[in-house]
Parts: sequence; structure tokens; C-alpha cells
Amino acid sequence: MRSAERPLSPHLQIYRWQLTSVMSILHRAAGLALCAGSVLLVVWLVAAALGPEAYRGVQNFLGSGIGVALLLGWTAALFYHLCNGIRHLTWDTGHALDLRSTYIGGWVVVLATAILTAAAWAAGISHWVFNFASGF
Amino acid sequence: MRASRIRSTAVTQMRSPLGRAIGLGSAKEGVEHWVVQRVTAIALVPLALWFVAAMIQLTGADFDTVQEWAGQPLPAIGLILLLIATFYHAALGLQVIIEDYVHGELARLGLVILVRLACISLAVAGIVAVLAMALGTPD
Repeated sequence: MRSAERPLSPHLQIYRWQLTSVMSILHRAAGLALCAGSVLLVVWLVAAALGPEAYRGVQNFLGSGIGVALLLGWTAALFYHLCNGIRHLTWDTGHALDLRSTYIGGWVVVLATAILTAAAWAAGISHWVFNFASGF
Repeated sequence: MRASRIRSTAVTQMRSPLGRAIGLGSAKEGVEHWVVQRVTAIALVPLALWFVAAMIQLTGADFDTVQEWAGQPLPAIGLILLLIATFYHAALGLQVIIEDYVHGELARLGLVILVRLACISLAVAGIVAVLAMALGTPD
């Protein structure tokens, strides 16, 4: 029998995802996203060093719809990778490796990511409003 | 004390005492990668949180404010440390991803070298930009 005719495992149509494995692949995806974000950080710093015109170009991009969406995604990726990274560092010490702990830790990371991302953007927006108000 | 000693050696107790002392594993390399990945990760916890706090403070700020901020000694030091830790951590993380998914030996080696060079170039570019703002000629 040719191996191509056998069903694939895991059977993707009926596969039940687990929090732990999804969080594992998301950790890597967030890391990749942060690599792209780090390029943006360097572009931002170089533009700031070059002068007002270069800086305005970067700032216009970051202020656009795509730019704001990228910054929001970058913030979420950063907090996720940070919180889940701490979860990984805990595992490296040999602690919290049982199934129950990995699920509790997983949900704590998901919750912390959502709260920290929302808090950072709430703080950023309030500063933005404040800076605009003080500019007039 | 004893419990923690047992836990920390549980993973490596099948290895010879000499092998454990040298700490290189069967592949003779990789331990340094593992350790540095974690050292940079720990360094990035405070650095990333500081960076986010700084970006919140700078939201809506104009060019002069941003340039003046980045040129001050403490933010400049923080940014340079952030750049070093970030791109070191990124190079190691990307290397693991490449080694997982790229199977051709030449392509894998080439990509790892390319990622290394890109990370070094980006870190240097960012550091020079910060130094230019910190030490730049006042006009």
C-alpha cells in the first residue's frame, strides 16, 4: 500500500487544539514578529538621528492605519513573548512542569498579555491627548 | 537543600561526572547558545518594560522632544543595552527556527550566517544612531 493513501495524523479536520501547544507555536510567532518590530525600532532611531525630515517620514507611516495596527500587534507580541518567556524560564529551573501548572501558567500569560497590552495603550493614548493639549 | 539538588541534577544524572563538568553534551556545542539565550532573555525583561514605559511617555511627542530624550545619558545607555540584548537574543532565536525548518546543510548554514550579519548590522546601526544623538554636534 502506498503511504500517500493512509490518513494523516494528527487528523487536522477533527484535531482538538490544546492551549499548551498553541501557546508554544505562538511564542515562536511572537518572536518572529518582534524581530520585524526591532527592525522598525532601528529605522525609527536612525531617522531620529538623521533629522526632522527623515523622522517625519517614519512618523507618518507609524501614524497611519497600517502603522498603528503594526504597533498594536507589536505591543501584544512583546508582552506575550515577555510573559511566556518568564513561564519558560520558570520551567528551566525545573518548576511548574506538571500538566495542571502548565495550563494555569498558560492562562495567566494570556490574561497578563491582554491586561498589559490594554494598559500600555490606554496610558499611551492618554499621554498623546495630554501632549496635544499642552502643545496648544 | 537536598530536594533542590536532586531536582537540578535529575536531567543530567545519566551522564558521566566528567561529561557533566565539561558541560558540552554529546554534540560538543550548544550549551553556550542555550545559556546566552536565557541570559539575554532575563536582561530583556527590565529593558523591554523600561522601553515600553518610555514609548508611552513619548506618545504624541514631536521630533525635538524625541531626539533630546534619546540623546540623554540614561535613555541612551538603556537604548544601547536594549539593542545589544534584543539583536543577540533575536539572532539566537532565529537560528533555532532556521535549524528546525531548513534541512539543506548549505542553505541552513548560509541563512544562519545571513541572520547573524543582519542582526549585527541592525544593532550597530541603532547604536550609532543613539550615539549620534547623544554625542552629536550641538547647533
